[in-house]
Amino acid sequence: MPAREGTYGLLAEFDNPSDLVRATRQARQDGWRRMECYTPYPVEEAAEALNFHRNKVPLVTLVGALMGLAAMFSLETWISTLAYPLNIGGRPMYSWPAFIVPAYEWTILWAGLSACFGMLALNGLPALYHPLFNAPNFRDGATTDKFFLCLEALDPKFDLIEAKKYLETFHPASVVEVQY
Amino acid sequence: MAVELKDNPKLDPATGEYRVIGPGQTFRSVTEKISRIVLTPHTPLGWFALFGVAGAVATMLLVAVTWLFLVGVGIWAITQPVAWGFAIINFVWWIGIGHAGTLISAILLLFKQGWRNSINRFAEAMTIFAVVCAGMFPLIHVGRPWLGYWLLPLPYTMTVWPQFRSPLLWDVFAVSTYATISVVFWYMGMIPDFGTLRDRSESKIAQYVYGILSVGWRGSTRHWMRYETASLLLAGLATPLVLSVHTVISFDFAVAVLPGWHTTIFPPYFVAGAIYSGFAMVLTLAIPLRKFYHLEALVTERHIDNMGKVMLATGFIVAYGYGMEAFMAWYSASHWETFMFWNRMFGPMGWSYWVLVTCNLAIPLTTLWFRKLRTNIAYMFFLSIVVNTGMWFERFVIVVTSLYRDFLPSSWGTYRATKWDYMTYVGTLGLFTALFMLFVRFLPMIPMNEIRMMLPGAKIGPKITPKAAAKAGD
Repeated sequence: MPAREGTYGLLAEFDNPSDLVRATRQARQDGWRRMECYTPYPVEEAAEALNFHRNKVPLVTLVGALMGLAAMFSLETWISTLAYPLNIGGRPMYSWPAFIVPAYEWTILWAGLSACFGMLALNGLPALYHPLFNAPNFRDGATTDKFFLCLEALDPKFDLIEAKKYLETFHPASVVEVQY
Repeated sequence: MAVELKDNPKLDPATGEYRVIGPGQTFRSVTEKISRIVLTPHTPLGWFALFGVAGAVATMLLVAVTWLFLVGVGIWAITQPVAWGFAIINFVWWIGIGHAGTLISAILLLFKQGWRNSINRFAEAMTIFAVVCAGMFPLIHVGRPWLGYWLLPLPYTMTVWPQFRSPLLWDVFAVSTYATISVVFWYMGMIPDFGTLRDRSESKIAQYVYGILSVGWRGSTRHWMRYETASLLLAGLATPLVLSVHTVISFDFAVAVLPGWHTTIFPPYFVAGAIYSGFAMVLTLAIPLRKFYHLEALVTERHIDNMGKVMLATGFIVAYGYGMEAFMAWYSASHWETFMFWNRMFGPMGWSYWVLVTCNLAIPLTTLWFRKLRTNIAYMFFLSIVVNTGMWFERFVIVVTSLYRDFLPSSWGTYRATKWDYMTYVGTLGLFTALFMLFVRFLPMIPMNEIRMMLPGAKIGPKITPKAAAKAGD
């Protein structure tokens, strides 16, 4: 990310999730797009208010699962028929039913790893620094009991004075400016 | 009943059940309560005492394993005909204990059982530490553990590859996948809580460590939604995984043409037994923990009660398994099967079968019917120990009494564990406890973000702040 300067956005703090959801819904209706909610636990209604309904984690997981399945099954087949054929009680070299179990386990293994690391990658994590951590009230609240709405400066509608006034209409506990 | 309701604030008047979370908790109070255990600079003396004892017991494992590596598996009681002894019994027992953790974290999540939220983190930790103990046994049992990597399909210079038609190799993949996915699930679940610990800790070191562990979690809604999807997917993946792991372990036995092992009932019966013993272990851990750390408001009688119900159900599946084994021994009209079963009950090792019946069936399945007993903390603690003992004996019975009477009477033998067997087993109990103590001290043992979701404050309503209401009135 290129180094930025100036204002990242305006952060409004709410005491309860209902006020946050209401404010977000209204802001979305009023044409705000570059905004984000920050909550100490998942608030589905906030995601709906942000019009964020789908994500790519299931797709990443599916691709991972299929790769794991293909990788292990072909490895087993190659080992048992070409690389190191063994006669085990007269069973065929390509005894695919026996290959299912490790292939099944690897399907789950790769799918699980893809789900976790795919989720982190899609979220842009790890990201140990973020401008929001500069906000004085974010640290005490965002991971404990406060609910935040951030209008980002990148939104075309953003104007520091106007946006601040706009956020005040939702009666938040506070509105602070966040610097990069 | 009505009187009881009025008198007991722990009961929810709407349902008559115990509350999942005690009354009067807020986002901040639960966060404080849970994070303080980790962030306090003062470690309780009792923690040091228990950690010291557990560490001392774990040292026995170190001694036993060192001697084993120097001398070989001959120091154990395994020989012909009982070639599988304590190592396999303990392996199956530990893995089984681990399964309840996955059941709580994955299957109960899919079934939207909110009550699981308080106990899932330490149940998952229990899973991981149990798998650590379990995984060690096959590795040290192979005789030359330094060649353990031969189990993996790696391109060696001698171009030897594993044999994929053996359940023992399937085990390698099942258990390694299980360990990996359990760790991933556990760690992913802790990321938001690491964020909380980072933000609440006052020491610089803790801020750095938890900050890095939290990968910069900031609670963004888009992040949360992807996170929730990933959690659900992992739960959906862990569910067939946990069933497959114990199924594969039961294949280790069931695929062998040995009376007492060669049965199709083994996979479901092993899985149910695993969950049965695992819930018992969760109780063994949860009851002292909630008392010691004053978590009675978060791990309530409701949890103990529900776990008792799960144990009752799985206990009956296990009972069905025992019954079917006996029935099939008779119905098969196989001389070997019939003899094996008669000998299992009344032979020289018959006592172990009756210990198992007493501990797994007679005591729990008669008493778990009563809510009075299910919510009696002392009784449930006692019962959890009884069931754990019973389940250990189940594996002992399956392994030893199927092996020690071979087909030919001239090959009959017996099994008497040596002191090294006992030291290894008891040592893993110490290792498990020591690891668990470290977990309790340094990691959030109750998932704060999931508890917050269940509080009344998390309800979304058309709520308007008092200021706004006043304004609207104007």
